[in-house]
Amino acid sequence: MKMSNPQVFQIQEISAHPGPVPGLGTQRAVQVCKYIDVTTCIGCKACEVACVEWNDHPFRETTFDDTYQTMPSTDWNYWNLIKFAEDERDGNLMWLMRKDQCMHCEDPGCLRACPADGAIIKYENGIVDFNQNNCIGCGYCISGCPFDIPKFNQKTKKVYKCTLCSDRVGQGLEPACIKACPTGCLHFGTKHDMVQIAGLRAKQLQEHSGFANAGVYDPQTIGGTHVIYVLHDINNPERYGLPKDPVIPPSYTYWKWLAKPAGLLMAGLGVLAVFFHRVAVGPRLPQPEQPAPVESQPDPIEAKRKEQP
Amino acid sequence: MTNGWIDIKNTDMMLIMGGNPAENHPCGFKWPVEAKKTRNAKMIVVDPRFTRTAAVADLFLQIRAGTDIAFLGGFVNYAIQNDRIAKDYLVNYTNAAFIVKDGFKLPDDGLFSGFDAGGMTYEKSTWNYEEGGNVGPSSGGQSATAGASGSVSSETTGQQKKSGDEPARSFEQRSQPVGSQPSTPPGSSAQGGGHQAAGGPGASGQGGPEPPPILPPNVAYDLSLQHPRSVFQLLKQQYSRYTPEMVERITGIPKDQFLKAADLFTSIRKNGDMKKAATIIYAVGWTQHTSGTQIIRTAAILQLLLGNVGRSGGGVNALRGHSNIQGATDMGGVFDIFPGYLKIPQPSDTDLATFIKRTTPTPSKPAEWDSYNYWSNTPKFMVSFLKALYGDSAKKENDYNYHYLPKIDRKFSWTEMWDEMYAGKVKGLFAFGMNGVAIGPNSHKNIEALKKADFLVVCDIYPEETAEFWNSPGISKDDMKKINTTVYRLPGAGFAEKDGTFVNSARWLQWKYVAVPPPGNAKVDQEILARIFLKVRELYQKEGGKFPDPILNLTWPYTTPLNPSLAEIAKEINGKALADLTDPAQPGITIKAGQQVPGFAWLRDDGTTACGNWLYSGSWTEAGPLMQRRGTDDPSGLGIYQNWAWSWPANRRVMYNRASCDPSGKPWDMERRQVWWSEAQQRWVGNDVPDFKVDSKPDDHMGPFIMNPEGVGRIFAPLAAFADGPFPEHYEPFESPIANPLHPEQSINPVATKFKSDLDKLGTPDQGFNVVCTTYRLTEHYHYWTKNNPMNVQLVPEPFIEIPAQLADEMGITGGEKIKVSSARGIYVAKAMVTRRIKPMIIDGKKTYQIGIPIHWGYRGIAEDEGKTSLMTANQLSPAAIDPNAYTPEFKGFLVKIEKA
Repeated sequence: MKMSNPQVFQIQEISAHPGPVPGLGTQRAVQVCKYIDVTTCIGCKACEVACVEWNDHPFRETTFDDTYQTMPSTDWNYWNLIKFAEDERDGNLMWLMRKDQCMHCEDPGCLRACPADGAIIKYENGIVDFNQNNCIGCGYCISGCPFDIPKFNQKTKKVYKCTLCSDRVGQGLEPACIKACPTGCLHFGTKHDMVQIAGLRAKQLQEHSGFANAGVYDPQTIGGTHVIYVLHDINNPERYGLPKDPVIPPSYTYWKWLAKPAGLLMAGLGVLAVFFHRVAVGPRLPQPEQPAPVESQPDPIEAKRKEQP
Repeated sequence: MTNGWIDIKNTDMMLIMGGNPAENHPCGFKWPVEAKKTRNAKMIVVDPRFTRTAAVADLFLQIRAGTDIAFLGGFVNYAIQNDRIAKDYLVNYTNAAFIVKDGFKLPDDGLFSGFDAGGMTYEKSTWNYEEGGNVGPSSGGQSATAGASGSVSSETTGQQKKSGDEPARSFEQRSQPVGSQPSTPPGSSAQGGGHQAAGGPGASGQGGPEPPPILPPNVAYDLSLQHPRSVFQLLKQQYSRYTPEMVERITGIPKDQFLKAADLFTSIRKNGDMKKAATIIYAVGWTQHTSGTQIIRTAAILQLLLGNVGRSGGGVNALRGHSNIQGATDMGGVFDIFPGYLKIPQPSDTDLATFIKRTTPTPSKPAEWDSYNYWSNTPKFMVSFLKALYGDSAKKENDYNYHYLPKIDRKFSWTEMWDEMYAGKVKGLFAFGMNGVAIGPNSHKNIEALKKADFLVVCDIYPEETAEFWNSPGISKDDMKKINTTVYRLPGAGFAEKDGTFVNSARWLQWKYVAVPPPGNAKVDQEILARIFLKVRELYQKEGGKFPDPILNLTWPYTTPLNPSLAEIAKEINGKALADLTDPAQPGITIKAGQQVPGFAWLRDDGTTACGNWLYSGSWTEAGPLMQRRGTDDPSGLGIYQNWAWSWPANRRVMYNRASCDPSGKPWDMERRQVWWSEAQQRWVGNDVPDFKVDSKPDDHMGPFIMNPEGVGRIFAPLAAFADGPFPEHYEPFESPIANPLHPEQSINPVATKFKSDLDKLGTPDQGFNVVCTTYRLTEHYHYWTKNNPMNVQLVPEPFIEIPAQLADEMGITGGEKIKVSSARGIYVAKAMVTRRIKPMIIDGKKTYQIGIPIHWGYRGIAEDEGKTSLMTANQLSPAAIDPNAYTPEFKGFLVKIEKA
């Protein structure tokens, strides 16, 4: 088996972890990036299938939604969804197809929001990954995401999303969606390279295809993303279902710097209070046995049910 | 395809029409995308709907289904009027300069000359060239344009006389000198029947004792193209009626949009520049009409006019929808052809010599020009084919068992077969690898036909509609008891469970390997067929029969007779020498008896070679299975990949590639040079295999279209090449919202077949059928069997009907609501998908709506079995009206009405 590149999986920060992060920032690592050229996407859904198959997601019911779209939005077991939108531009119809998935933000709202130690991990290479073993199912990451990506599984009470195929990338492979794309509208490489070729494509669209406003979607309001798009019209990302200037909800931005220390302070005070209580009052001693409390009246409905065969 | 998938990356301009490659060929569609990204190529998409392909196009036009000839005819007119044509190419490589017989009439009233209203056919003697030499103003036998060095030397003329003026030689003598390996049948475009002067069973089968007219050996021509009966002037006159205004009336495309598209497409020939190339890409959106073949003809004419055929980045490119439909066609999957597009005999072909004489063309061209006329090798291909079938029992004395072959006295096309079964004449059906009920057209009729059959054998991997026709909706338990058809179901193997080849749209034979063994009792097709055949032969041996010889004498030389390996069969198809072969043109080379032949140039008509399909000869030689090659070298950068798999014919990637050079043999575009004439070597050389006689000097003026007896491309298709006219003419679909604006009295194709059974009803707007309906597939599906794959079901959970938002507003229909679509033949119920991607159109002044229905669902499958669909097949709506040349039904463009369900 091929050894994974240790640099790629160097942890940069982890959620809700007090104290120093192990191995923090020792070396500069390669930043990975997925570049999606919306202008050459044909909405074939090969990436959807590849995602479901690679991640072993079970068959799920989908519903007809009056479009070619598989279902209205991504789900806990459906991380990659092409969104179809009919749009008019200068009187000409456009049929926009955008592959929707986790954007792997440089400043990840989910991670900012997460209170569970080690449930959300951002690697040096830019991948933001969820570790369901540590997830407490609070759902804060869902509200922390500006792109509505993490999805809750009612059964497992955990949250799931696209991993950018961190398991494949760690082995030097491209994500499954990239491998499946037949037209080559999906690209994968270093952030530096992807930004560069996306920029060239946008320029080509401006100069040769009459899309004067073509541009690269790499929103700086969240420090850029590790999934970038070329759009026909960069001024109106909303047409593709993308927020123009995505931001992490302020409450989560302050979480780490304000609320969290405050919480820690409160917790510390609590510990202190216990200590002083002990000092002042002394330890809790064994109490004399008390007779069992009288059992409350049985629930009449429950009783009835039990009577039935 | 004349070119190939990868070659599309070399284009400057794409017209994608009658096809939706992003939807149906997503993997191949990377090459159009590549052309856009690397060459800034422009993409024009014309379709009844704004499709997935349209989503990445530079220009999209919404056309009314079934009006493609009007649109393309408008392009031809625009190109001529605006002088955006390739003049040297036109004069030297097409029959534009040929003179057409006096008495030929253009279809101003909808009919060409020679129409026989009684038999609904044409008498085609006027559809021919005039006999006679140069009739132009400068009768010096020179090329029309001063710059072109296509002038003809006198020696060539003498040489040519020798080979061209002896039409009456017997087939044994009419052999071509074998020097190169040329060839190029029309295979991948739907013109399979059109390359020879004598037509198919419909054409001369009904002919009386009079011999059918033949092409003149010495054609009259005028290189100035000014003669009023020159092909060019007739072309100009024919399409002068296809004005932008007329195009708008017929197609519904506003004049300004049409002109924008015409200007963009023909811009590659602005100011006579020959460097650029445009490609035309189509699929069954063109073939599935009652004028389907002629739509493709119009595209071919346009491409010849613009000089785009034979060139890298050009061509007329049919996208095949099935992984191996090209292979099925090449191997004789159609009733009137044998493997390699050899004709099937008719009853009047009483012996091999008669058959060979009828089906082997003789050159027909200006005397000063040369024509390779590669079909003159028909006898070699035919005799080798008979040797492959009947082995040692096929001898010269017994005409190589020619009399074993079936003779076809009428048409046995798909739709006709079902019609005959419904009439009680066809008693049984073997259905392998297809779902006849779901395919339709007029599925209900097919179900009724199966009820009348004695037996049905279905070999499939899933339960499907054909095998369960007796359980289709509407048949009660009591009805079932009355069905006496015995149904046998055989467990077939899926594509990943068998090896063999796929032949793709680019004509590549590519070997594939078994991924997993067939499960349970499932067996590969060849084992099932072999077991049936050997059992039948055993019965003939034991019991005799009316005509046991063809069965008893069929060769069956396989190591495991009950399960022949496909490698053995592939070798048999390639062909082998039965005696030591030598060739004076290639001294020192001997092909020993028993060895694989290196290619079809070695095939003989004296019984010393056997070959299952001459076109595939060269694919598995003594060098090994070339179809298994995976070489990725591409020194030219043109995407030729000579060592990847094997491409018919002769591993040539772009057909007619001689036309990529000017008459003097220099490439029109040095950056995309495919082949060229080497003065030093005195032969044609290049990056691709020359599709030409390799030692034919440019001065010989041999035409690049070596499969035509003329040697040049046919703008005018003479004689029996096509049933419905030498030029394409717009006819309305059989069910149309309007009368043909060109000639209302002759609205539809006069020679298209109409079926007369009680189930073959046609609807009219007066009866309320006023919406144009077209059918298609989705990228999420593969034919009908992905109904059984959870993944595909997940991607498109339910059947739907795409309807224009305006129509939905008018009718108060909201997206997701169930609607009922009915035609004169049946109904279909599904949810409405309300979309802005189909707009209302003004057709001949009348507001007209189009809708679209994806085919896929039926009454067996995951969603079906769970009761989530209406258990109907979309093809219950489509009519059994067929094209007179290719016999393809009109699945695209028929009339329906819509109601809320």
